Amino acid sequence: MEIGGEYLEILGSSILMTDYLEYSNALFREGLLDGQFIQLQMLRDDSNPDFVVEVVTLFFEDSQRILNELSKTLDEQNVDFKKIDANVHQLKGSSSSIGAQRVRNACIAFRSFCDAQDVESYGFCFFVLFPDQMCLRCLQQVKQEYLLVKNKLEALLRLEQQIVAAGGVVPTLNDVS
Amino acid sequence: MAVEDIGSGCSSSGDQEFHVLAVDDSIIDRKVIERLLKISLTAVESGSRALQYLGIDGERSSLGFDELKVNLIITDYSMPGMTGYELLKKIKGSTKLRKIPVVIMSSENILARIDRCLEEGAEDFLMKPVQLSDVERLRDFMLRGGEDREVVGCKRKTRDDSCSSSVLSCDRDHPLSPISVSAMAHCKPISKRSRLLATD
Repeated sequence: MEIGGEYLEILGSSILMTDYLEYSNALFREGLLDGQFIQLQMLRDDSNPDFVVEVVTLFFEDSQRILNELSKTLDEQNVDFKKIDANVHQLKGSSSSIGAQRVRNACIAFRSFCDAQDVESYGFCFFVLFPDQMCLRCLQQVKQEYLLVKNKLEALLRLEQQIVAAGGVVPTLNDVS
Repeated sequence: MAVEDIGSGCSSSGDQEFHVLAVDDSIIDRKVIERLLKISLTAVESGSRALQYLGIDGERSSLGFDELKVNLIITDYSMPGMTGYELLKKIKGSTKLRKIPVVIMSSENILARIDRCLEEGAEDFLMKPVQLSDVERLRDFMLRGGEDREVVGCKRKTRDDSCSSSVLSCDRDHPLSPISVSAMAHCKPISKRSRLLATD
């Protein structure tokens, strides 16, 4: 019956929208995303419906590139800490721009450690055992946070697609962190 | 939606569209600033590319100044190669380009850095990540058309194309310096005015 069909459609998209809100609220509560992500959502409109998807996709590509670079640099005989610092700074910037808060924080921690490695510019002796190992640990932490937020964002955007496909409207997010 | 009107047809008295040059090494930030400003914009990835675009790369200008349409330059501070500060200095050191306002963006809130940039002639300094509220300030400045214009004529059609909106006129002040309350009254953002007025 047609009436039943419409009812089911509204019900279906309502359930999806509730799921979406619950899912996104959890991401904000856990600190994976911050208010900057909402800023991006606000930039999406009818003439730019895929804006968030596009920016997030760019972030994934760019981050993967940077993480690969970092792995390569840390693998070298003489680690170029300036190069590491520059790359982590880049990743910190891009994660900050999309609201990936925990990735950003992991980068800040990584950088504050790397600064200490640049003995020449600080002009004093900073004894740290196995600095390469410490940097590797920092990198692992950044990678972990990145993969986590990547999974969550992909799931969130998939939910958005499902909502739109079901004829619903993607709810506006609120920062509940 | 009134916001859509801003920028996409706003003309100065010379009937030229307001055009922004954005400089940032981050592809994500370039995309975001383009969408944030919602205005005619060229984005480049480095200071040297910016200088090429502006026509002062290698001290030889490839474009005559008349052909160059840049009303505002917004640049990241920390970039590999040439920093935003170095780019600012080059722009302000060029007789052709020094009148173009330059806004600096940075993720690091370092007072000495901010002071240095403002002293060198930057119009404003925005903290990253840039948000809509930051852009509102810039937008007022863009609507006024920059410091060289006394009157910004923004003849535009409203959404139903039935009439044109009113004209903004502003004092010939430094666009981002504090202006008096009475001066503010003349400089309402177009978004509010176009909602209130059908015709002038």
